This record gives sequence, C-alpha cells and structure tokens, in this order.
Amino acid sequence: MENIVVSTALFYLFSGILLLASVGVISTKNPVYAVLFLILAFINSAIIFLFLNAEFLAMLVVVVYVGAVAVLFLFVVMMLNVSQEERKNRFQKYTPLTLLLGVVVFLEIAYISISDDAYLTELSKTKNLSFKNNTVELGNIIYTDYALLFQLSGIILLVAMIGAIVLTLRSRVDTKKQNIKKQVDVKKSDVIEVVDVKSGEGA
Amino acid sequence: MIANFLSSEIKMQHYLVLSTLIFLLGVTGIFLNRKNVITILMSIELMLLGVNFNFIAFSFFMDSISGQIFSLFILTVVAAEAAIGLAILVVFFRNKGSIDVKDINLLKG
Repeated sequence: MENIVVSTALFYLFSGILLLASVGVISTKNPVYAVLFLILAFINSAIIFLFLNAEFLAMLVVVVYVGAVAVLFLFVVMMLNVSQEERKNRFQKYTPLTLLLGVVVFLEIAYISISDDAYLTELSKTKNLSFKNNTVELGNIIYTDYALLFQLSGIILLVAMIGAIVLTLRSRVDTKKQNIKKQVDVKKSDVIEVVDVKSGEGA
Repeated sequence: MIANFLSSEIKMQHYLVLSTLIFLLGVTGIFLNRKNVITILMSIELMLLGVNFNFIAFSFFMDSISGQIFSLFILTVVAAEAAIGLAILVVFFRNKGSIDVKDINLLKG
C-alpha cells in the first residue's frame, strides 16, 4: 500500500512538471526558452514511460528527442537569430476560440476517461506487473513480425536525410575548387608559348 | 467521481487524461502562435508525444508489446519530420529573411 501511494505521488509530480513544461513551450516568447521547455517535457515523459515498463522507449526518447531533435531545434533557433515577439501581438482574434476549443475537447475526453468506464477499469486490473526484459521483447518481434515496417522506417530516414541535404545545400560560385580532369588534360601547347625572339628586337 | 479519480492508484484513465492534455496543448499551441514557425513545429512534437503516451499506455495495460513498436515508428517519423521541417525553415529564412507566419502567404489568392 505504501508503495502505491509513493508511485502515485511520483506520477503526479512528473506529469505535473510535464504539463507545466508543455504550457511553457507554447506560451513563452523566446524560442530558445521554448526549446529548453521542450527538453524538460521530453525528459519527464521518458520518466513516465518508465512507469509503463517501456524502458527501451524511455531511453530512446532521451536519445532521439533530447539528443537529436531538440538539439536540432536549438541549433536552428540560434542560427536564424529570430527576433523576439512583441507583447501586443500575443492576443489576437482567434485566441478565445482556440482556448474554448481546447477546453471543450479536453472536458469531453476527460469526462469519458475518468468516468467509471467498465472496460478501462477492467484493463487497469489485469495489468501485467511481471518483470520482462523490454529490449529483448521488442527485438524479438521488430525483426520478425514487423520487419517490413522496420525497413520502411529506414527508408523514411534515408529520404529525410537526402531531402534535408538537397534542400539546404547551395552551390556557391565563389569557392575555389580543384578540377582534376582539367589539370591532367593540360597540354604543353595550352600553357607555354615558344617565341622565337630575334637578336636586338626583344623588349 | 473526481475525488475517486485523484485518490486511487494510477489507472489507465490517468494516462489517457495526461496524453489528451499534452495533445491538446500542442493543438492550442498551433492556434495560439501566429508569429513563429519554429514554435508550431514544437507544438507538433508535443502532439506526437501525446499520441506516443496513448500507444504505450495501451501497450502496458493490454499486455501487448505491439504498441511500443508503433511508438518506435512514430519516433522515427518525428525525427524525419523535424529534419525536413527545419531544412525547409532554413531555406525559407534564406529567401525571405524572416520566419513569421504572416509572411508565408505566397499561396494566398
């Protein structure tokens, strides 16, 4: 019983930090702070994934989201040198509609979720708490049942990599490059001219 | 009902409410932010995180690991999407000199 209370308290702590960080992402004016809030949100969600026995995905979230995606965001934010927003632009004509939409949809889903739905409560009872090696289990089915999807995700990453390079690569005209073929193909007649200078006439 | 919800141990419903909240914060961020494209991309990341929560919560409570596999694929797509989106953003900034949402109106009639 003591254990359950502690884990519930920890769940509320981490999900509270996660929600506050998410609010920070969408409400802060400085994009650098927004990226840092995003990193905080990712780390807390990784901790909550640990509550759900998804150890491998928790580590993957830290590595992929925090290590790659968030750093990429931070890099772009700092490279573009975005000017800070002015305060007067904060509230525009769509803002009340947005908040209304968000609150209404949340209340609907929250009502369904926290009402004593028989199916969901039954699911909560039958949860499996036995210890399993999460990474081994994932590996057992990702290379067999989901092998095609695994390769497709590899192709997605390849296409994304090529696309990002093609989009951002620009050929500069002012760079000095060595043209090997041109150098090798040079003939003697191209570079030296033999001039027969008569005696006494050379400048 | 709500007191019962708050005092009990962590159930399926807790994770559903949490993922819904994160997803809706992402949606709200897209609508609320009319200035900066980078923040819109970050809101999309938040929405995908909320979806991931749903997959992993159902994977845990239904005792099936397939949900985590799909979460893995979502993670892949997120990485690809972030790379492409930021590349487009860099190119756009190079051409226009700003990344304001209100400057992206070339397709507007």
